[in-house]
Amino acid sequence: MARWPKPAEGSWTEHYPEIGTGLISFEDSVSPEFYELEREAIFRRAWLNVGRVEQLPRKGSYFTKEVRVARTSVVVVRDGGGGVRAFFNVCRHRGNKLVWDEFPGEETSGFCRQFTCKYHGWRYGLDGALNFVQQEGEFFDLDKEDFGLVPVHCEVWAGFIFVNLAREPEQSLHDFLGPMVTALDGYPFDKMTEWYVFRADNRSNWKIFADAFQEYYHVPALHPQQVPIEVRTPGSGFECAHFQLDGPHRVVSTGGARRWTLPPEYMYPIERATRSGLVGPWESPEIGEPPPGLNPGRIDPWGIDNFQIFPNLEILIYRGWYLLYRYWPTSHNTHHFEAMLCFQPATTVQERVEHEVAAVVFKEFALQDAGMLTGTQTALESGVLDRFPLNDQEVLVRHFHKVVADWVADYQKNHAEV
Amino acid sequence: MTDRLLPAGFAELEPFAGTWCLATETERYARRMASSMEEMRTFYDAFFPRLEEAVAHCDTFPLDALPEDARRLLQLVYSLVMVSMSIEIFHQPKAVDAADAEIERVREPVP
Ligand code: FES
Ligand SMILES: [Fe+2]
Repeated sequence: MARWPKPAEGSWTEHYPEIGTGLISFEDSVSPEFYELEREAIFRRAWLNVGRVEQLPRKGSYFTKEVRVARTSVVVVRDGGGGVRAFFNVCRHRGNKLVWDEFPGEETSGFCRQFTCKYHGWRYGLDGALNFVQQEGEFFDLDKEDFGLVPVHCEVWAGFIFVNLAREPEQSLHDFLGPMVTALDGYPFDKMTEWYVFRADNRSNWKIFADAFQEYYHVPALHPQQVPIEVRTPGSGFECAHFQLDGPHRVVSTGGARRWTLPPEYMYPIERATRSGLVGPWESPEIGEPPPGLNPGRIDPWGIDNFQIFPNLEILIYRGWYLLYRYWPTSHNTHHFEAMLCFQPATTVQERVEHEVAAVVFKEFALQDAGMLTGTQTALESGVLDRFPLNDQEVLVRHFHKVVADWVADYQKNHAEV
Repeated sequence: MTDRLLPAGFAELEPFAGTWCLATETERYARRMASSMEEMRTFYDAFFPRLEEAVAHCDTFPLDALPEDARRLLQLVYSLVMVSMSIEIFHQPKAVDAADAEIERVREPVP
C-alpha cells in the first residue's frame, strides 16, 4: 500500500496545532442541552445548503425545506425575474404554514403562479408580496405592503442554494465558504443532472454520522467486503493521501491505483460485467479542465475529494460525477440523512446501468455505516466513557467537533455580553 | 406468443420475469429482502452469463424509447445488480452488519 507523505510537523493533526492531539469528548453528541445550543449557535448562524438550482427549472418552481433543528420551514422559489428567493413558510395572517401538500410536516415541491394559504386564502406573489386578501374591507387599516412573506437570506454558489436563518448573516456566503471551497468554482456540477436521491432517518446525533464519512480509518474493519475475499489482506490499513482544513470546512483526498486498473480479481463479477461499481463508473464523459480547487493536494493518481462544508453538507467529487450528503438534526440523538448521486445524464442503457450499479453499491456500504449508529449513540449515552483517542487519519473528526464547540462557545460569549 | 414479457432471444428468463421485473429500486430491494439465497442464486446463475448481451440488446434502441419487452429486460438487469450484492458480496440477503439501518431511494431516473 502506498504511503503518502505527511506534513513537515510529522502528522496532519500537528500541522494544525490549534486542534491539539489530546483525547476528545463526544458529550456534544449526547447532551440535550448542547443540542439546544446548536440550534441557535450553528443552525441559525451558518449558511445551510437546502438544494440545487436544478430543482427550480422555471419561474414559479418551488420547494420547501423543513429545518427542524431551527424549528422552521423555508420555501425556496424561482421568482418572476429568474432569481432564487427564500421565505419563511409562514402566512402573515394568522401564522398558518403557507406551502404544504398533504401533511404540513412533509416537504413538497412543484410549480405555481402564486402561493395561496389553505386557511383563509391569502395569496402571495413569487416575490413574497401579499397580493390578495379575502374580504380585505373587513380588516382595519391593513396595508398589504406591510404583510409580505418574511424573506430568508438566500444565496447561490456553484448552483448550490444556501439559506441563512439569521436576521443579518455575519458573512456573505462566499466569505463563509472561504478560499478552499470556492476554488471549486467552475466545476460542472450543472452538467450532473441525473440524480439518484436517498433518505434515511437514523437514531444518532447528526455529527456521529458525519464522522463516519470523514475518515476512512474504519474502512478495512467495517467494510471488508469492499475488497473481494480472495485478495483481501487481513490487517491492512487505509491511508488517505491529503487532508486540509480551511476555517470551519475540511477536505480529504484519497489516492492510489484506481479500482478498475487493478487485476480483475480485485473486482466483483458484477463490476467487471457492467464496468462500474464501488467508486462509480470506470469512465464518464470528459468534463474539461478541472478547477484549481479540485484535488488540492495534487495527488497522483488521484481518487476522490471529500469536502465537508460546515455545518452539515458533504460533497464527494469522483471522476465526472459527484455524491452529496446532508445531515439534518431532528433531536439530540436522531437525524434525517439525505444523499444524492449526481451523474451526467446517460445516453445509452449501458451508461444507465453503470449509474444504477454505483447507486446500488453506494447504498450497501452506507447501510453498514448506518448500521453502527444506534450502537454508537446508545453506548455513548451510557456515559461509561467521556474521553476518546483519535488518530491522524481521523483528523477531520477532531476538527469538526472542535469547530462545533468553537461556534457554540462564540455564541455563548456574544450572548452573555448582550 | 402473446403473454411473452421479455424479448424473444431471452425466452429462458421468462420464469423470472414475473418476480423480478420491478420498476423501482424500492421494489427490488424489498423483493431481495423477502427472497431466500437459493431463490436469488437460481436467478443469478440463469441470468448473469447473459447480462452483457441483455444490455447490448437494450442498446439497439434509444434509451428514451425502449419497447416494452426491452424495458422489462432492463428492469431484470437492475434486479440482477440488486441480487448480485447478496450473491457475490455479502452471502446473505442484507449487507453484513447493517443491523437495523434502512435507506430509502426516493428519486431515480426512468427507465
Ligand atoms: S392564516 Fe393564512 S390566510 Fe389566514
Ligand atoms: Fe463507511
